Amino acid sequence: MKIVVCVKHVPDTQADRSFGADNRVARSEDDVLNELDENAVEAALTIAEEHGGEVVALTVGPAAAAGAVRKALQMGADAAVHVLDERIAGADVLGTAEVLAAAVRAVAEDGPVDLVVTGMAALDSLTSMVPAALAATLGLPALTLAAEVTVADGVVRVRRDVGEVAEVLEADLPALVSVTDQANEPRYPNFKGIMAAKKKPVRTLDLDDVALAAPALAGTRVLQAEERPARVAGEVVLDAGDGGVRLAAFLAERKFI
Amino acid sequence: MTGPVLVLVDQTETVLTNPTRELLTLARQVSPDRAPVAVWLGAPDAVDLAGLGAFGVEQVLVPDLTGVDAHAPVAAAEALAAAVAAAEPEALLFASTFVTKEVAAVLAVLLRTGAVVDGTGLSRAADGALVVEKTVFASTWTTRCAVVGGGPALLGLKSHAVEPAPVATPTAPAVVPVPVAFTPAASAVRILERTERHSDDGRPNLTDARVVVVGGRGVEGDFSLVEELADVLGGAVGATRVATDEGWIDHAAQIGQTGVSVAPRLYIGAGVSGAVHHRSGMQAAEVIVAVNTDQDAPIFEIADLGIVGDLTEVLPQAAAEIRRLRGE
Ligand SMILES: Cc1cc2nc3c(=O)[nH]c(=O)nc-3n(C[C@H](O)[C@H](O)[C@H](O)COP(=O)(O)OP(=O)(O)OC[C@H]3O[C@@H](n4cnc5c(N)ncnc54)[C@H](O)[C@@H]3O)c2cc1C
Ligand SMILES: Nc1ncnc2c1ncn2[C@@H]1O[C@H](COP(=O)(O)O)[C@@H](O)[C@H]1O
Repeated sequence: MKIVVCVKHVPDTQADRSFGADNRVARSEDDVLNELDENAVEAALTIAEEHGGEVVALTVGPAAAAGAVRKALQMGADAAVHVLDERIAGADVLGTAEVLAAAVRAVAEDGPVDLVVTGMAALDSLTSMVPAALAATLGLPALTLAAEVTVADGVVRVRRDVGEVAEVLEADLPALVSVTDQANEPRYPNFKGIMAAKKKPVRTLDLDDVALAAPALAGTRVLQAEERPARVAGEVVLDAGDGGVRLAAFLAERKFI
Repeated sequence: MTGPVLVLVDQTETVLTNPTRELLTLARQVSPDRAPVAVWLGAPDAVDLAGLGAFGVEQVLVPDLTGVDAHAPVAAAEALAAAVAAAEPEALLFASTFVTKEVAAVLAVLLRTGAVVDGTGLSRAADGALVVEKTVFASTWTTRCAVVGGGPALLGLKSHAVEPAPVATPTAPAVVPVPVAFTPAASAVRILERTERHSDDGRPNLTDARVVVVGGRGVEGDFSLVEELADVLGGAVGATRVATDEGWIDHAAQIGQTGVSVAPRLYIGAGVSGAVHHRSGMQAAEVIVAVNTDQDAPIFEIADLGIVGDLTEVLPQAAAEIRRLRGE
């Protein structure tokens, strides 16, 4: 089986995040592999271990995004592709899906891709739209937000809980699956994995290499981005036996009662 | 002349949901001279015509779903593409959920247009463009976004973007059937099982509720005190991932990065530490109250009122005092 796992490099959610003067997400050296994509890598590795095969980590992003595929290689992916091209900057869902799709096709040149695995959301944009857009661009069925994934006899099956609905979905391979943080517990790269990753191939490709002549212009534009006033801590009171009464008094004062 | 604003209808059984009423209100606000057009993905005789009429809708497009399961996002997207071809709208508005966002992603590819989701407001700029406001980075930033390039704008809005306002004189909407030529992709995903777990506890929906009371690890398996406080306040019950992972409450109650994101007028967290993953789903609340035994819990940094105390004492006392203040 050949599995492509899509990983994104994003600002660390624990750090202060911001927009630059160009209304684009500001990048920093502290950017990390999107935490939710660790679940995607884990799912891909587990399936490959069970069925045999190869896992290729794929990222689209600036030079620093090489860090995202490096982490995936350390976790155990076999090879990586990094699409790096200035023309991609500012791409939104449509453009990103188009570039990822072209890269998946490039990977498929030396053997068909059976499964594409993604995370449930990129923690910077939080749109959860790239997986379905990528599947639609590639003409693959999309089984999204999987809490459990199984592959057997050329069929992929997922179990998922979305809002108040529980579903079991199935599709024939090749297909795309996005996994949630409920799907597994991502492994930590061990020393052996970190050393082995140094010898693994990383192909850096530009748009010409993936044969994408004109990437979709961004369909959306951020007109303005501004920091909201920080929430300030209000009153913190120690419960001296009247904590509930104080809480109720506060709600009354704020007209909730 | 630009086209009408198309609104995707969502119903609970037979009546419009509150978010749908909000979307219809927004549609009229941004296009006062043009009746919003509705699109309904369901049986033609099941649509809430009276509800749509109350918001000034004159036409309801009903794509013919014969042969597909509209719960499959690609099927829904192809049906909506047919409705878009029929109405040639300026924009399609929908309530932003995981499911509609996926449908919009497919529709964006089919129509080669842009989508903005999780919006908290919609307005029309001086140059005529529709502008969506949204909060990002755990509600620490606000952005204003527009769809460029001419295709219909696919715009997903969260609950509470506006107060629903019915029209003075209700209309009598006409049902307009729309034929759809579905492709094999619409049936490529097979839905083997589907269970809707509608809670019948009478509480408001988590994403719509004006008051949300949340329990975390500190409730130690017992949500009854959280529920009691939610009920005296007419609110919904939410949870942290620890509480849903432990199985103390349904997964649907999880608030945060990988659960639902809420922006109620009042959030009360009990036994919740305030981890960044949780905060990103509740930081947009207007007023935040926290009850926690640990005075260094990070949730106190963003709380308008923090009570350092044991929730097993503070919550029942608060519920009793609220009843007393109301003279119950
Ligand atoms: C990728 C990823 C995604 C995640 N997504 C989410 C998400 O969507 N939503 C989410 O909530 N979490 C999410 N998490 C988990 C998150 O990081 C935290 O672990 C979680 O929010 C903590 O839940 P908690 O506050 O209930 O528990 P804890 O952090 O353990 O806090 C419990 C609190 O209860 C207090 N307490 C204990 N007893 C009492 C008492 N009797 N009275 C009052 N206070 C008491 C303690 O002082 C403590 O502060 C995610 C984690 C990861 C890695
Ligand atoms: N630039 C990118 N490079 C690689 N994968 C991506 C990229 N953007 C999004 N993805 C994948 O799509 C998932 C959902 O992202 P999003 O739709 O942006 O929330 C992520 O978890 C990734 O697996």
